[in-house]
Amino acid sequence: MKIHEYQAKEILRKYGVATPRGRVTTDAAEASEICKEWGGRCVVKAQIHAGGRGKGGGVKLAASPAEAESAADAILGMQLVTKQTGAGGQKVRRVLIEEALDIASELYLSVLLDRQTGRPLVMGSAAGGMDIEEVAAKTPEAIVKQLIDPHLGIQPFEARRVARLLGLSGATAKQAAKLVTALVRAYLATDASLVEINPLLVTGEGDVLALDAKMSFDDNALFRHSEIQEMRDVDEEDPLEVEASKFGLNYIKLDGEIGCMVNGAGLAMSTMDIIKLYGSEPANFLDVGGSASQEAVKNAFRLLVSDPSVKAVLINIFGGIARTDRIAAGVVAALEELGEIAVPVVVRLEGTNVELGRKILHEADFNFIVATHMADAAQKVVEAAGGSR
Amino acid sequence: MAIWVNDDTRLLVQGITGNEGEFHALGCREYGTQVVAGVTPGKGGQTVQDIPVFDSVEQARAETGCNATMIFVPPPFAGDAIMEAAGAGIELVVCITEGIPVADMMRVKAFLRDHPTRLVGPNCPGVISPGLAKIGIMPGHIHRQGRVGVISRSGTLTYEAVWQLSNLELGQTTCVGIGGDPINGSNFIDVLSAFKEDSATEAVVLIGEIGGTAEEEAAEWVAANFDRPVVGFIAGRTAPPGRRMGHAGAIVSGGKGTAEAKIAALNGAGIHVAESPAEIGSTVAKLL
Repeated sequence: MKIHEYQAKEILRKYGVATPRGRVTTDAAEASEICKEWGGRCVVKAQIHAGGRGKGGGVKLAASPAEAESAADAILGMQLVTKQTGAGGQKVRRVLIEEALDIASELYLSVLLDRQTGRPLVMGSAAGGMDIEEVAAKTPEAIVKQLIDPHLGIQPFEARRVARLLGLSGATAKQAAKLVTALVRAYLATDASLVEINPLLVTGEGDVLALDAKMSFDDNALFRHSEIQEMRDVDEEDPLEVEASKFGLNYIKLDGEIGCMVNGAGLAMSTMDIIKLYGSEPANFLDVGGSASQEAVKNAFRLLVSDPSVKAVLINIFGGIARTDRIAAGVVAALEELGEIAVPVVVRLEGTNVELGRKILHEADFNFIVATHMADAAQKVVEAAGGSR
Repeated sequence: MAIWVNDDTRLLVQGITGNEGEFHALGCREYGTQVVAGVTPGKGGQTVQDIPVFDSVEQARAETGCNATMIFVPPPFAGDAIMEAAGAGIELVVCITEGIPVADMMRVKAFLRDHPTRLVGPNCPGVISPGLAKIGIMPGHIHRQGRVGVISRSGTLTYEAVWQLSNLELGQTTCVGIGGDPINGSNFIDVLSAFKEDSATEAVVLIGEIGGTAEEEAAEWVAANFDRPVVGFIAGRTAPPGRRMGHAGAIVSGGKGTAEAKIAALNGAGIHVAESPAEIGSTVAKLL
């Protein structure tokens, strides 16, 4: 789960991470008031989950409260387009008004899971403001890495090492080490999957602060963090994906035309891949999961056919935990409830109770295109959708 | 021959009194596995279809001599269940549970460093040695005893591959689902090493997916250590970056973990990569 910058900073401050003073608002007039509190100079920052806000015009420096108000007025309600939002952009509903600080240098700092060792990893770079992927690709030697023992936490010498390798010294290095320590504490205590500070600011006075902050969390651990769950902002998610999550479905909207309903993540990805191999594109990823109830399957099907870009549906089920008869019953129930279906439906069933599952499909009052294996299914669904692109 | 699961397996089921636990405990028994005990804390003394239920793994181990366990405990408690099994000296732990927090798995990994227990999973379909025994949720009837070893991060995609093999009369020695989580017990190399010691395994199918670098590491290991034919497949070529594709571990992040990079690594190691998921079986058939 992702949260907004202002929420991430609230959390990080609790763990001792220094940030600029700031407050969030939905009202341009209030932006002016907040700017006065910060001494009349401030930064107005659009609060959306996607990165790249500055380049898209979502971050503006204001030299007076009046400027802050007009900047907030311009940003609030805009469709902010960044490299991460897609062409449609994301509507800005809130702005963060922060004190403007002088910038001596900008660094990069993050904490994330190192999958190879199964431990948290602190990554830093002296090139703040840049994509860390870009730095990693061009100058991998410029990246500072420090693995952390998740049970002992970060040790003082490890934090000092990160600060030193970032090129800091004296009081600034001390502040940076303190910030790194706080960052790791926040990462561990909140079950975060990523904490990213880009840029990390060093001011003219040598103070170190998190100028931006991005946090995302392990969805599987949210059950023990109700205060973080409350920070979820469904306005930032695809409406179809929000709908799917209500039914416990794993759904991701894509750009193609073949709606897919599959059980199991690996098979669902492979089904997308084989649709592409046969010349078309998947409209979505949809894993109905292991213990998909008839209700969940029904909702999954409804979701698929409600997507206007779907020209044909492929149901590919290999039953293990999910018994194929249960899936078939769900599909039939959904079709009966939905009435007329405008798009062709190709079904391929295999696995536990498959005879029963096929029998249910055959007895249903609906003209399924039945496929026997995966390649057959892909070929038939691409044909049914009007052939390859 | 087979690896890890066979006629000597004496299986414990943790979480046997839940619906899925009971359903699959019976499924394993029907397939021929000796299912000797169940554990649900607080329900000791009950039975599930004649299988005795204990309060703890320690008691189950002492009373029945179980040497393997299959875990269906809900995610918040599954990490503890794995450690309890390891603490009681169970040799093989197969964790089916999906949705264990990453931080819990970090704790489990640290705990296992001091125990000789082998963990398979979590978030996996389990392990089956066709014709001998199974520990897991896979449909047994699609398998066939034979000479191909299968390793996979996926569940149903493994069934798909196995089904193709069986239909081509290519049986399997053992099929191991290592799971779709970012931190898991056994990795590709652990399973490959075991297959290397198993003379009955003449070829291996390795099914990976986007996210992490486990396939790249496996490729490097195969190039240096394994001279039997290996067929690979990587799911997720069409997956958009930055999105978690169902499995917690299936995510391309920071330009890392792409299908292209994995396919290139497998090809570079002399592994035969099937272009289509429908051609996994036929690619093996060409090599054997």
